[in-house]
Parts: sequence; C-alpha cells; structure tokens
Amino acid sequence: MDYLKAFIVGGIICVIGQILIDKTKLTPARILVGYVVAGVVLGALGLYQPLVDFAGAGASVPLSGFGNLLAKGTLQAVQKDGLLGALTGPLTAGAAGITAAVLFGLLVALIFKPKDKS
Amino acid sequence: MIEKVGKSTLALSEGPTIQSYAAVGGKKEQEGPLGREFDFTDTDTTFGEKTWEKAESAIQKKAVTLALEKAKLDKKEVEYIFAGDLLNQCIASSFGLREFGIPLVGLYGACSTMAESLSLASIFIESGCAARCAAVASSHFCTAERQYRLPLAYGGQRTPTAQWTATGGGCVVVQKGGAGPRVRHITFGKIVDLGITDANNMGAAMAPAAADTLKNYFEDTGTTPGDYDLIATGDLGQVGSELLYELLGMDKIHLQPRHKDCGLLLFDRQTQDVHAGASGCGCSATVLCAHILRQMAAGKLRDILFMATGALLSPTSSAQGESIPGIAHLVHITAE
Amino acid sequence: MHISDMEYDKMVKKYSPNSPIFKNCLGAFFIGGAICTLGQGLINLYSYLGASKLDAATLTSVTLVFLSALLTGLGLYDDIAKVAGAGTLVPITGFANAVVSPALEFKAEGYVLGLGAKLFVISGPVIVYGACAAVLYGAIVFVMGLV
Repeated sequence: MDYLKAFIVGGIICVIGQILIDKTKLTPARILVGYVVAGVVLGALGLYQPLVDFAGAGASVPLSGFGNLLAKGTLQAVQKDGLLGALTGPLTAGAAGITAAVLFGLLVALIFKPKDKS
Repeated sequence: MIEKVGKSTLALSEGPTIQSYAAVGGKKEQEGPLGREFDFTDTDTTFGEKTWEKAESAIQKKAVTLALEKAKLDKKEVEYIFAGDLLNQCIASSFGLREFGIPLVGLYGACSTMAESLSLASIFIESGCAARCAAVASSHFCTAERQYRLPLAYGGQRTPTAQWTATGGGCVVVQKGGAGPRVRHITFGKIVDLGITDANNMGAAMAPAAADTLKNYFEDTGTTPGDYDLIATGDLGQVGSELLYELLGMDKIHLQPRHKDCGLLLFDRQTQDVHAGASGCGCSATVLCAHILRQMAAGKLRDILFMATGALLSPTSSAQGESIPGIAHLVHITAE
Repeated sequence: MHISDMEYDKMVKKYSPNSPIFKNCLGAFFIGGAICTLGQGLINLYSYLGASKLDAATLTSVTLVFLSALLTGLGLYDDIAKVAGAGTLVPITGFANAVVSPALEFKAEGYVLGLGAKLFVISGPVIVYGACAAVLYGAIVFVMGLV
C-alpha cells in the first residue's frame, strides 16, 4: 500500500511540474527553484509534513520534499540554538543530499566522457 | 562589374564561377535523407578530437581540404578565405583554418554565415580583388548546445518548435571565369525583429527577415518566385517556413511551390528526433554543398536562390530578456 | 510587409505546435511515480536493515543521487528525461543530474574553473533560494517567539 501511495502522490507532484513547463515555458532551473522554495514554505506552514507522513517517498523524494527537509531542520536548529540555528539549520538538514551530489558529480565527471545526443 | 540594382541588390555582370565545393557531416546527417550526397561523414561526432570545439574545427578543415582536392588546387592558389561559425569569437573557424596560411576574413552572421561568406567571396572576385576565394561555414550540435543551451547530459525536453543544430560544414571555392555555376545577384538583408523572445522558436524569429530580404530581391530585380527552379532558405524549419509563406502572402508573393528549406531537407522529421527541423550555419552550408550544387551540376536545377537565415541572439541577450533579431542574405546562382 | 509585433505574435502562435501536454504528463506521472516508488522501496529496505526513520530517508536520497549520477555519466539520464520531462526533473534525481551534467560537460575547460565552478551552474540557484528561504523561516520563528 505504501508503494501505491508513493507512486500516485509522487506522480502527481511531477505532473504539476510538467504542466508548469508546458504551459508557462518556465525553464527547468526555475521549476527546481520553485519546488524547493514551495517545499520550504509549505513545510514552514506545517502543510507538507502530513503529506510526507501519508505518501512517504512520494512526497519526500520530489524536490519539494527537500525544501520541507530544510524547513524542518531549521525549525529544530532554532529550537536548540536560537537565532544562530536559522543559519546552521538549513544546510545541515540538506547536507547529505548536496554533498552526495557534489561528490558523485566530481567522480562521474572524472570517470566518464561527455557523449553526443542521438 | 558590380552594379547596385534597386534598394539593396548587387548585380554581378560577369559572375564568379563556383569551381568546387565540399560538405562534411556527422552521424545524424549521414543517417538523414542527404547522407549519401556528403563528401565526408563521420559517425563519431568527435571527429577524433578531444573536445567538441576541436571537432568543429576539424569539420572546417576537412571541408576546405576536400573542396581544394576536388578541384586539384593547392592551398596557395586560394587568395582569401571567408569563414564563420556560431561559437564565441568564431573559434571553429580560426582554429580550423589556422594551418592553411590563407588570409582569413572572419565573419559572424549566425546561421546566415554561408550566404554571407559566399557573397563576400563573390564580390571580391567580381571586383577584381582576387581571382580565387573560398567561403566556409560550420556548426556542431554539441558546441552549440553547450554554448547556447544546457549540458548534453542534462535531462530536458525539447519543445515541438525547437530545431536541431546540424553537425557539419561546407566550403565553396569561387573563381574568376572557368566552368561551373555562376553567382549573379547578391542581396544583403537588414535586421528584422518582430519581438520573438523564445529561443526555442528560431524559425519564427528569422521568418520576418527572410520575408523582407526575398521581397526586396524580387522588387529590385523585377522577378517572381516562378522565375526560379528552387528558392532555398537556410534553417527556418517547419514553423518558420509556414510563417514565411504567410508573411510573403500578405504582399501577394507566392513562394511555396518553388520553396524548400534546408532545415527540412537535411533530416527526416518523421524518423529523426529533430522536432521542427535542422538549424545552424552547418545546415544551409551542407545542404548547399552536398545537395543543391550537385543538383545544379547534374543539370536538375538551373536557376536558384540560396538564402541563409540567421538568428542574431547570444546567451547573454537571451538571459537579459532581449528579443531575437533575425537576418537573411540571398545569393542568386545560375548554371553556366 | 507591414505587421505589428502583436499581430506577428498571433501568427506565430497559429503555426507553432503546442507541446503534447497529455503525453508529457503521462510520461511525467509514470516515471516520476516510479522514481518515488523506488525511493519508498529503499526507505523500507534501509528501515528493515535497522536504520532510523531519518537515516533511512537520508540514505535513500544518497542512493537516488548516486543512481542518477551514474545514469548521467552513462548518458542515459537525458534519454529517459526525453520521455519523462518533469518526471525526471522534480525528484531529487533531477537535482543530481543538474549537478553532474555540467561537471561532466565542462571538464574540458579544466578541473577548477571548468568542472569545479560549473558544477553548480544549474543547481546553484536551488541551494541559494532554498537555504535563504529556510533562513528567513528560522528568523521569523525566532522573532515571533514561536519556539
């Protein structure tokens, strides 16, 4: 059951992005920024976590889930460290994803050769 | 002798002769409908080089080398070379041609470069500045993507109006006298910009410039589309071609029966994933050198207009929200 | 040929085919959904192996980022993206692809100013605006005394 929920909710979140691309001509980079910021805002308003609780990876894997993670981490850091937590919280929460992307980006770039498109 | 006719057309009374030509293409070009007409194609689009930019330089070098070989010419016999490409500072031309030791006139006309280089080379001959010149243009899908758009491995969807930059280049050698097709008229176009900002719809950005140049040419020479066997535009693609018909239709010029777009000839839109057609300097350059001039040599075409179209945008201007200025230059060529 | 920009814009719209939005949405739904389902499978796997809820989610992100990086290096991610559209863009795999593809592409301009600097050329804004939005949220929470 949790697989079906993840599939449907994740699929719907992606379809929203597709409609934005096709209808508004927003560039992919803007869509990504929009999703993360939307995730932060929805997370801050407490609206995103219920979706994660319901759909699991269906809500946490899309980039809005990454935004929600940043908001959640920031809240916890502020609770612990006060105002300083607002500065340390966001990237601490996102550290694993960002660092993994940077690390694998470096490794892949070192190992592989750029390819032509067909 | 060169004489100005009408508003913006130059008439070349003697007419320089196209002595030789060669077209070089990549994998997709080889697989396309004109694949067998190319002088050289390589399924490895790196052309054995380390970077895409070097690959494009190799294309120019190969095209010039082959055009010279076909006419049994030594490079010393070419007095000037007119060349351009799409890259910043035109590096495909400067690096591809640096070993020839031929005086170089570097050009930027975006995808209109082949008509621009051929026009200038012809004017040099007709005016007596030189007895033999070469005109070259090239583009490479990968260099264009990484300069104008996104990295090749980035996962993006192309819109239906997007065009596919041709990987290839063409070289035409023109000389004074001799046998071969002759350049009769040249019309340089002005910049026309009707406010298109979508860099994925270049055909729409260039169609008004194409219509303007064609209209000027027909007015200046008092001819109509029916007087020609073929009117070939550079890379308007499907969308741009339709718009060109409609724009010229407003002035009662019916282009469609005689018109073909190089962007629609180079690839097969049904089987090759190229959306609205081909684009790039290499598109009109290769179709001219692989197909049109061959058809003229075979006697299938006698009187043609070759008009390459360019979108004069840069990644900077696009990022700053500027619209896309279009330009189109026309060359009238007749079989002997 | 006398035509205003607005009239021309209308004409352009008439001849420019729209994106096949229904087909694109199907691709986005199924492939995006499949990536999330794979994520759910990974969460369940890591939880089964004894990871805490938070660690399982983190490990899942890292695994998906790795798979996306590998497919990008093999030149397969963009092939899938042609069909999937937002389905491969919106999941965290799309973020990884945005990091890896410029790193690979601009290696030709050197390891520091090519690979190193261009690595963030597409994904950088995501971190800039995501982090700053979260900082703003943290500051608001603190100032309003919500904690």
